[in-house]
Amino acid sequence: MALTIKEVEHVALLARLNLSPGEKELFAQQLGAILEYFGRLNHLSTDGVEPLAHVLPLANVMRDDEIWTPLDKEDILANAPLEEEGQFRVPRIV
Amino acid sequence: MSRSKYEAVIGLEVHVELKTNSKAFCGCATSFGAEPNTNVCPICLGMPGTLPVLNRQMVEYAIKTGLALNCRIAEFCKFDRKNYYYPDLPKNYQISQYDLPIAIGGKLDIEIEGDGASKTIGITRVHMEEDAGKLVHQGNIMTTPYSLVDLNRAGTPLLEIVSEPDMSSGAEARRYVEKLRAILLFLEVSDCKMEEGSLRCDANISVRPNGQTKLGTKAEIKNMNSFRALERAVEYEIDRQIKILEEGGTIIQDTRTWDEVQQITLSMRSKEEAHDYRYFPDPDLMPLKIDQAWTERVRASLPELPDQACLRLVEEYNLSQYDAALLTATKDGLEYFDACVRQYPQPKVVANWIMGELARLLNQNNMEIKDCRITPHALSQLLTLLEKGTISGKIAKKVFEEMFQTGALPDKIIEEQGLVQISDEAGILAIVKEVINANPKVVDDFKNGKGKAAGFLVGQVMKASKGKANPEIANRLLNEELSRL
Ligand SMILES: [Zn+2]
Repeated sequence: MALTIKEVEHVALLARLNLSPGEKELFAQQLGAILEYFGRLNHLSTDGVEPLAHVLPLANVMRDDEIWTPLDKEDILANAPLEEEGQFRVPRIV
Repeated sequence: MSRSKYEAVIGLEVHVELKTNSKAFCGCATSFGAEPNTNVCPICLGMPGTLPVLNRQMVEYAIKTGLALNCRIAEFCKFDRKNYYYPDLPKNYQISQYDLPIAIGGKLDIEIEGDGASKTIGITRVHMEEDAGKLVHQGNIMTTPYSLVDLNRAGTPLLEIVSEPDMSSGAEARRYVEKLRAILLFLEVSDCKMEEGSLRCDANISVRPNGQTKLGTKAEIKNMNSFRALERAVEYEIDRQIKILEEGGTIIQDTRTWDEVQQITLSMRSKEEAHDYRYFPDPDLMPLKIDQAWTERVRASLPELPDQACLRLVEEYNLSQYDAALLTATKDGLEYFDACVRQYPQPKVVANWIMGELARLLNQNNMEIKDCRITPHALSQLLTLLEKGTISGKIAKKVFEEMFQTGALPDKIIEEQGLVQISDEAGILAIVKEVINANPKVVDDFKNGKGKAAGFLVGQVMKASKGKANPEIANRLLNEELSRL
């Protein structure tokens, strides 16, 4: 079942995406199809199955509190579309 | 406005940066004030294909904090992704803990202003998460043409400590954060500097008419950067909400920011605030299993906490609750006091000097106790000299000030400046006789019953001895001599 246009608009806002009316129609269909596919899981009986936090049977994977060498500033900013005073420059947020 | 007809309900969310060497999930340094973007790596930049690995020290600090706040430590907890899009968050999600935090169900006691009573504030939960980066705007966030992003702080380990809505005034909210901060400082898990942002605090506030059980609509207040700002912001918000209700209006649930300049709260509502975090377990991180042995090992490492220290000072040293609270306000202060008492086992005397002269000089010079140049050994030496009568109380204060400025030992100062109190009777008697001979008119006045005249003569004796004559002996000898005339 397709998502409503309103649902698509809400998700687009959360993801900070600007969608054209055509894209909203298209994604309403596509997202609906994806959800429907995963919805099959709802038909499985999970009675008596413990919720799983991770698929791997591991816990307590930790490292010591030690400092490593950071990346060079030039490398960090190499992919920045805009840069100023060693910082990423972004458009006004609100 | 009739404040007394309403009850305010306040809960606080406090974020503290943990003072680990490295970040929560990578080895970048956590130092404050470094040049922008010099402590970042592919992991805290959120580069595709990188994997976070949990800092063990962060977990230890979280357990420590949980235990100190009387929480239950979860045997099983995990990390979740809190999804939102903002330029200070390079991964577009924050690693946090959602439904299974590391510590739950604690409490903390605060003292209520004045009457010595205390109130218990519930701690809902303590969870681990990572900090975001820092945004620099050109002036106001709403009007800036663009913003700059520094990601040094991104990935710094944080604890979020959530209280129950158990407070009912700005003063109580302030006391809660002050107490929480003292505990965290004693634990040495954070440096808790509000002005540097390593302790940040948000308040959830609602009001309701007295007797109503249903909670009112709440507002969340952010951006309170000092204890004073917190207290004022909470009070302002309570008044604002009561005023709306009194005028027959309804409170709108929103997020507000404290404006320090105007001393008011302002709504931050915009469509960008529409949050829907879509939490889910972070598949990059394995869950944590904290067994009893681990918890108990951390519990055994807990230092003495402010409440315990305060009780010890009252019970073992017979200090007043007020004095004990002052002396245990900071860990440095308590350690200094304890060290001094070990050297000079008269707690009350030591306490008076620390809370009196030392506090005055520290205050005057804008210094903290850790910068103090008077060692516990030196203070003990001074107090011993005073006790033996080698120096007078007045001289002791003078020497103390000199010790404070130069860090020199008292015996050296006393010797160099010739400040030893004169207690030998012959010496003082000689001065007394000199003074009597030099002031025949005053002596006559004394004989004619003018009591003030004796005081003048004692003053002259002290002056002639440059303040070094033992005042008790000087007084006694003078009276003896005068009565003989
Ligand atoms: Zn890093």
